[in-house]
This record gives sequence, structure tokens and C-alpha cells, in this order.
Amino acid sequence: MTVPALDIQNLVKRFGGLPATRHVSMRVEAGERRLILGPNGAGKTTLFNQITGDLSPTSGSIRLFGREVTRLPPSRRAHLGIARTYQIVTLFQQDTLEHNVMLALLGLSRRRYDMFRPLASVPQMREKARRALGQVGLDQLGQRKVSDLSYGEKRRLEIALALAQEPKLLLLDEPMAGLSTEERTTVRNLIASIPRSTTLVMIEHDMDSALSLVDKVTLLHYGQVLVEGDREAVVAAPQTREVYLGL
Amino acid sequence: MTRLLMTLAVAALIALPAYAGEFYINLASQILIAAVVAMSLNLLVGYGGLTSLGHAAFVGFSAYVYAWLTTKLGIGNGVASVSALAATTALACAFGLVALRATGLSFLMITLAFSQILWGLAYRWVSVTNGDNGLSGITRLAPFGTSLDSAAGFYWATLGVSFIAFLAIAAFANSPFGATLRGVRDEPRRMAALGHNVHLIRWITFVYSGFWAAVAGLLYVNYNKYIHPSALSIANSAEALLGVIAGGSGTLGGPIAGAALITILKNYASAYIERWNMLLGFVFLAIVLIVPEGIVPGLQRLVARRGDRKK
Repeated sequence: MTVPALDIQNLVKRFGGLPATRHVSMRVEAGERRLILGPNGAGKTTLFNQITGDLSPTSGSIRLFGREVTRLPPSRRAHLGIARTYQIVTLFQQDTLEHNVMLALLGLSRRRYDMFRPLASVPQMREKARRALGQVGLDQLGQRKVSDLSYGEKRRLEIALALAQEPKLLLLDEPMAGLSTEERTTVRNLIASIPRSTTLVMIEHDMDSALSLVDKVTLLHYGQVLVEGDREAVVAAPQTREVYLGL
Repeated sequence: MTRLLMTLAVAALIALPAYAGEFYINLASQILIAAVVAMSLNLLVGYGGLTSLGHAAFVGFSAYVYAWLTTKLGIGNGVASVSALAATTALACAFGLVALRATGLSFLMITLAFSQILWGLAYRWVSVTNGDNGLSGITRLAPFGTSLDSAAGFYWATLGVSFIAFLAIAAFANSPFGATLRGVRDEPRRMAALGHNVHLIRWITFVYSGFWAAVAGLLYVNYNKYIHPSALSIANSAEALLGVIAGGSGTLGGPIAGAALITILKNYASAYIERWNMLLGFVFLAIVLIVPEGIVPGLQRLVARRGDRKK
């Protein structure tokens, strides 16, 4: 049996008395693409935040490629191969696109503690940054400031930052939220082009765009796993129709 | 063009004792010392987004260690200097661990509390500090047997040290580490998710900043040949912070301009009016209204705008 990319056991998170994650267990195999569905307030982002270490779970365990990470800080998890994007764009607004990607590259580089050499002199950093921008079709805008970008371009830069780190597990939190139909297609193709060596877990409301990208679906409702399985099975399940499609 | 201007400015600074009187040479030394204090504080305030109101603690502590070792224990000036730097850096290591548990206003309050503790100690621990009388009879360092007792000699030494401090701080700010520090200032959560150890980055900066404040403290005590608890006072911390903000925090030149402005105001205005702080208040108000980002970036913006209009 292969080691799963992500193995969550009986995860519980309470905010005061309010349970946001209720005994969630899920397994994502290496190379799999998983969609997490659920209405607003179902605890999808809270689950993500526990996987990345931004939030500490009340109880339960999280294993990443067989390694226990439940109490590791976010920065250590990044070094184990996790990368994420944010639902609300979280970028370095006053810096250039290239600089944004360089910060992502530095995160996993030993050079990040280099204090006396100019950043510009770090070998290959700039080429790698350009390549990552090229992956999301932003290579022409490398010298522009993030604050000058359109919303859709910012969304793509979010993904570029994560991809630049060549993660083993990539968490995408609503990568298509707020995008036009055209931009959606761009981002959709972009996600489809991510190699299978990267395990993908994605939160997305737009089922039309997202479903075709994934193998399996997990439906969360009030912090619990309601249905889980192959995408056709989950879409057909009566619970899905009830809580998610409102039928 | 800029390179030519820079060379001219450096030449003018080196040649200053040739055309300026002793009063101005000493004023220039004071400005340089204040500039090193402001530059080191700027690492925290400008690049790290950590507003400290206790920076005088490191300046004063380093000065006191030097004064105490040389006057009370009779230790040589050279050994005392190295010890002062080492002790202050160690102090910054410990302070940083506690102060950096918080950010924002809480961080400001903790740094303020720390400096007030040292200030209180300096007043009360009379056997070591002579309390309110201060420590006097301090002699200046004589590097390689060169006496620094003349105004010009001390000025040149201070200019050299300040220049090294500037280069070291500029290199730090432009390095990969400096980039991560600014990243942590703007988006700490994202930086952590990208694999950066936010806490460690802040702590290293805190210690580095403390080290350069200690260097400034050595210059300070060597210049005055006297140290009083007021060196550790909140007024001194606030002056340094005001210099950073007035000049332009997060820029390399800003703190120097701010430190110069405050030192000059203090020296000139206090000769005419007793409440020079009030004048400083008005000047600060004018800066906030006209160039809210600080003198150096503000002037750059105004010049750029004029250039645009000409086109």
C-alpha cells in the first residue's frame, strides 16, 4: 500500500463552543486531485488552515506523506512540500511580480538567510521566477507592481507563487472566485496543466469548472464529511442535491 | 550624475574640518551618531514594521558598560569597547525573545517597558552607575595609538564608523534576508506559508539592530566622555523614532536626514527657546502635512512630479 499524500484522522476544531470541524477523516492519495465542496460556513477553509498549520486543531491528527505534522508550524510544513493559495488574495502589493515569486523561491532556499549579498546576485533566482510567471502566462508583467494588476491576474499570481515551490501537495482555496467566464477558462486550463506529481486539493464553488478537473469529491456540511467518493457518485448522491444544489 | 554627487558629498564630509569651525565639527559628529542610532532603529521600524519605543536602551546600555568597565574596573578602552558590544548584543538576544512575542502596539509597549527598567536601574544602582551624578572621567578610545581627543580626529573616526554602519545596514536591507524581512512586514501569514520562519527573521533583525545601536552607544559615550541615566530615557527613544519617521522609514537615506534635522533643531533652537520640543512638534506637523511618507521619499516624489509637469 502506498503512503497517502494527506491522511487526516478524526480532526476536530472548536472556536469556543462552536465546532467548525467535526471528526473529519479523509485520505488523499499521492497524485490524486480532490475537490472539497460545501456551502458557506461548512468549514472548508478552516480545514485548509489546519492542514497548512495556520490553525491548530483541537484534537485529531494530520499526516503528510506519512509524517505526523499536526503540531508543526506552517513554515516547517512548507518545507515538507505543502503550498497553498488564499481565498482572499494575499500578495506583496507594493512589490513587482518577479519579487513576489522570488520570495516564494527564497522560502525553500538556503539563501534566505544570506544577509550581505544583494538579492539580485543570487544565481538563477530571476530565471526561475520568470519561468514560474511564464507558467501562468504573466511573464510579460514581471517588472510591474502587483497593485497594478487586474483581479484575474492577481489570482494567477497567487497560483504562480505556489507552483514556483514545486510542491508535492498543493491546496487551492477558491482559485476561480470572482473571475469572469473567460478568466475562469484560463485558470481552469492552468490547473489542468499542473503535473500529476503534484497532489491537488481544491476548494471551489463553481462546480461546472471544477468537477472536470478532479478525480474525487468530498462534501462538507457543518464541519462534517457528508459524502465522499468519485465525482459522479458524489454529484448523484441525494445529500449533495439536498445541501449543495438546493434541489 | 548621482555617482558624481555622491562622491562630492563624501569628499565634502571628509574635508569638513578644513572649512568648518570646532562647533560645527562637533555638531557633525553628533549628527553622525544620531544617524547611526536612527539607521539601526529603521531596521526594525521601516523594514520590519516593528515600532520600538525603547531603542535608547541599547545605546545607553552599551555606553554604560563601556563607562563602567573603564572607570570603575580600570579595564582598557579597547577591551571595554568589545565587551560593551558583546554585552549589548547579548541583551538584544534576550530582549528580542520576550518583546517579539508581540507585534504592533504591544511590541511598542514591551520595548518601552524594557528601556524604562534600564533607565530606572541607571538611577538606582548607584554603586555601579553613580546614579543621578552619572559616570564621568571617561577617556576616548585611541585606535592604534591615535588620539581622538581633537574635534577633527573624533569626527573622522565617527565618520568612518558611520560609513561602515551605513554600508552594513544597506547590504542587509538589499540582501535576500532583507527581502524576506520586508515580506514578513507586509504579509506575515503568507511568508510563513511560503516556508519562512517569521519569528526567527524578526529576532535576527532585532539583534542586528541592537548591535548597531550598541556601536552608536560607544560613539556617544566616547564623544561626551560622560554618561547620565537620561541617555536611556524615553525622550531619547522617541527622538530616534521621530528621526526615522520624519526622514522616511524603510529608506536608506531617510533616517540620516531625520537624525540631522532633529540634532540641528536641538542644537540651534535650544539656544533661543527653552521649549525646543515644541518647535520640533511644529516641524513634525509640517512634515506630516506636506510629505507624510517622510522627508527623503517625499522630496523624491515632489521632484518626480515636477519633472513630469515639465514634460
